[in-house]
Amino acid sequence: MIRVEGVSKGFVLHNQGGARLAVLRDAALAVRPGECVALVGPSGAGKSTLLRMVQGNYGIDGGRIVVGGVDLSTASPREVLRLRRETLGWVSQFLRVIPRVPALDVVAEPLRALGVPEEEARARAAALLGRLNLPRPLWDLSPTTFSGGEQQRVNIARGFVHPYPALLLDEPTASLDPVNRAVVLDLIREAKARGAAILGIFHDEGARAAVCDREVDVGRFVP
Amino acid sequence: MTPLLEVRNLTRRYGARTGCEGVGFDLWPGEVLGIVGESGSGKTTLLNCLAGLLPPDGGEAWFDTREAGPRDVFRMPEGERRRLARTDWAFVRQNPRDGLRLNVSAGANVGERLMAVGARHYGAIRAEAARWLERVEIDPARIDDRPSTFSGGMQQRLQIARNLVTRPRLVLMDEPTGGLDVSVQARLLDLLRGLVRDLGLAVVIVTHDLAVVRLLAHRVMVMKDGRVVEEGLTDRVLDDPRHPYTQLLVSSVLAA
Amino acid sequence: MSADGLPWGFAYLDEGTKRMIRRALLKALAVPGLQVPFASREMPMPYGWGTGGVQVTASVLTPDDVLKVIDQGADDTTNAVSIRRFFARTAGVATTTRTAEATVIQTRHRIPETPLREGQILVFQVPIPEPLRFLEPRETETRRMHALAEYGLMHVKLYEDIARHGHIATTYAYPVLVEGRYVMDPSPIPKFDNPKLCSEAILLFGAGREARIHALPPHTRVESLAFEDHPFEPARAAGICALCGAADSYLDEVLTDDRGGRIFVCSDTDFCETRRAGGAS
Repeated sequence: MIRVEGVSKGFVLHNQGGARLAVLRDAALAVRPGECVALVGPSGAGKSTLLRMVQGNYGIDGGRIVVGGVDLSTASPREVLRLRRETLGWVSQFLRVIPRVPALDVVAEPLRALGVPEEEARARAAALLGRLNLPRPLWDLSPTTFSGGEQQRVNIARGFVHPYPALLLDEPTASLDPVNRAVVLDLIREAKARGAAILGIFHDEGARAAVCDREVDVGRFVP
Repeated sequence: MTPLLEVRNLTRRYGARTGCEGVGFDLWPGEVLGIVGESGSGKTTLLNCLAGLLPPDGGEAWFDTREAGPRDVFRMPEGERRRLARTDWAFVRQNPRDGLRLNVSAGANVGERLMAVGARHYGAIRAEAARWLERVEIDPARIDDRPSTFSGGMQQRLQIARNLVTRPRLVLMDEPTGGLDVSVQARLLDLLRGLVRDLGLAVVIVTHDLAVVRLLAHRVMVMKDGRVVEEGLTDRVLDDPRHPYTQLLVSSVLAA
Repeated sequence: MSADGLPWGFAYLDEGTKRMIRRALLKALAVPGLQVPFASREMPMPYGWGTGGVQVTASVLTPDDVLKVIDQGADDTTNAVSIRRFFARTAGVATTTRTAEATVIQTRHRIPETPLREGQILVFQVPIPEPLRFLEPRETETRRMHALAEYGLMHVKLYEDIARHGHIATTYAYPVLVEGRYVMDPSPIPKFDNPKLCSEAILLFGAGREARIHALPPHTRVESLAFEDHPFEPARAAGICALCGAADSYLDEVLTDDRGGRIFVCSDTDFCETRRAGGAS
């Protein structure tokens, strides 16, 4: 479902004397449907960079990344957007939303973009927020005012509200209490059970052991 | 499928000075294209050429008309282009006072395009105007008030209603959130995003506000000195900028 | 100095000017409702006193014509008397107050009640010929709008009337669509007179300050703009003329004392007098 082949990546910092930073070389991995793979390696090894490249957020300098049949190294923005809408879910550590949109609508939005009617989208979003124990009074408020753990649960709900065939998780349990951490691990297990291919970064070793089938050491790809 | 708008090699000069040069892009239904760059980078020139307010010196802009398929709007008879401009296109200006008729009521402002395309039933025009006021979150009870009595944010929403009432497919926006309070901006962005999604609008939005682009635009073009220096998926361009100018632009934003 | 020794040409204007104005008139008649520019001259009266109408009248008058001049329907107001005397002196034409006897009638803000007939010419004094001016101040833009028949704005004005007053409150200078093509301002006549714009006579409109002429040849189709659910209604004061008893003419309200006493009388003085001479009261 997710294939990374011979990928290289660097950054040129034009405004800092044209400094060149090489981050990855010859990166390769594959994630099959129903499989959860963890990216591991020391801080700064390029885990985040690789995850962002798979998401289409960072450009690819060399090699190819194919997700659900779409080659991200050559795909047009329109194709990447469609991939994200239909196939590739993403749970980020950061929440970027329009300040006044209520949490419930933030979570329902990926479904609305897929053409799911408003009622149904909100019902599915509500069910998920309920499961993640987000206090009901918060549902109608903008998540921009939420605590870190609350924002993270909104992000998680956004990533799981649609049964994406592929999922990218960036520290999905980082700021969660044990109860909600267990809920997220259940969500990941359920996604695997329905055949989702999952690639993630988990600093939480317990979580990694609980849901991940394999680990890929990104340190191997450091140039 | 064909794009709604295909722009090729659009060029406009002001004497020896370049307004914009060799600009091209495709725009598909439901897609929001952001154009960013500092003042004088050519983004407003580009928009004004597309809107028919400024004749280009060269280039083509093929719009997929409902009746006759793709037509080059730069080579269309003026009457035809103006008819498109008040039916299938919308142009939302930065200053709502430039895009509204301040000496007639909100209802008349919204109803104008309907009357321009032949609506002749007062009751029906008024009902449609009221529906649109509600849709842009203006109390329909204010239908007979003049826009001069509205706040800046309300005026901008009224301008949007006035433009969208004929269900245009292409919307051009010039800094639509400029000059508005931050909280008012958020409301407008939310509204625009909902309209884009529900009506399948294709939007070209010119702005220097990268936050607006991130929240609204699917794709972004970065302009400098009249040329496009970088373009692509919005978050890719903003998070992994390649061109020196884009890097400068992104790194110049003060984090809140 | 003209050939006959007068210090002016026949009907004051020189022949070159009249020829220029006649060309504009012919074009205006050929394209009913179109505003045709002309080189408006200085006249020996201020703008706003009918300089446009006077130039048109001067250009169509012949020595055999019989001229009538009315101002708001009356033959005896200062403006009407001055213009009548002006042409009696500069053209030596016969004058009359009788609508039926006149061959050329110059008018300000009325169409006579007596139906006009073939062979008569009605010349209107026009202050602002541009019906779109109210909403679009740019002349370059209004010209384009006429050229492309973009007339949505006219209905915006009517919409605004209904929104504000519950009905179309425009009572004079009520816009019309000429032969389905040009929207025209019929000059500030009461909308009561609008149906009379479909006439057997030639109707000519002259705007001196704005330097525009427009025209309606006989039997031109002229529709007053309206909405389906707010149709055009020619309006008049609900009353009858206190002098002649007419119940179908356009009435002026006249205050008769300081205690609120008032009567209605015909605005068309000739119509009223003719009726009274015929025994009506």
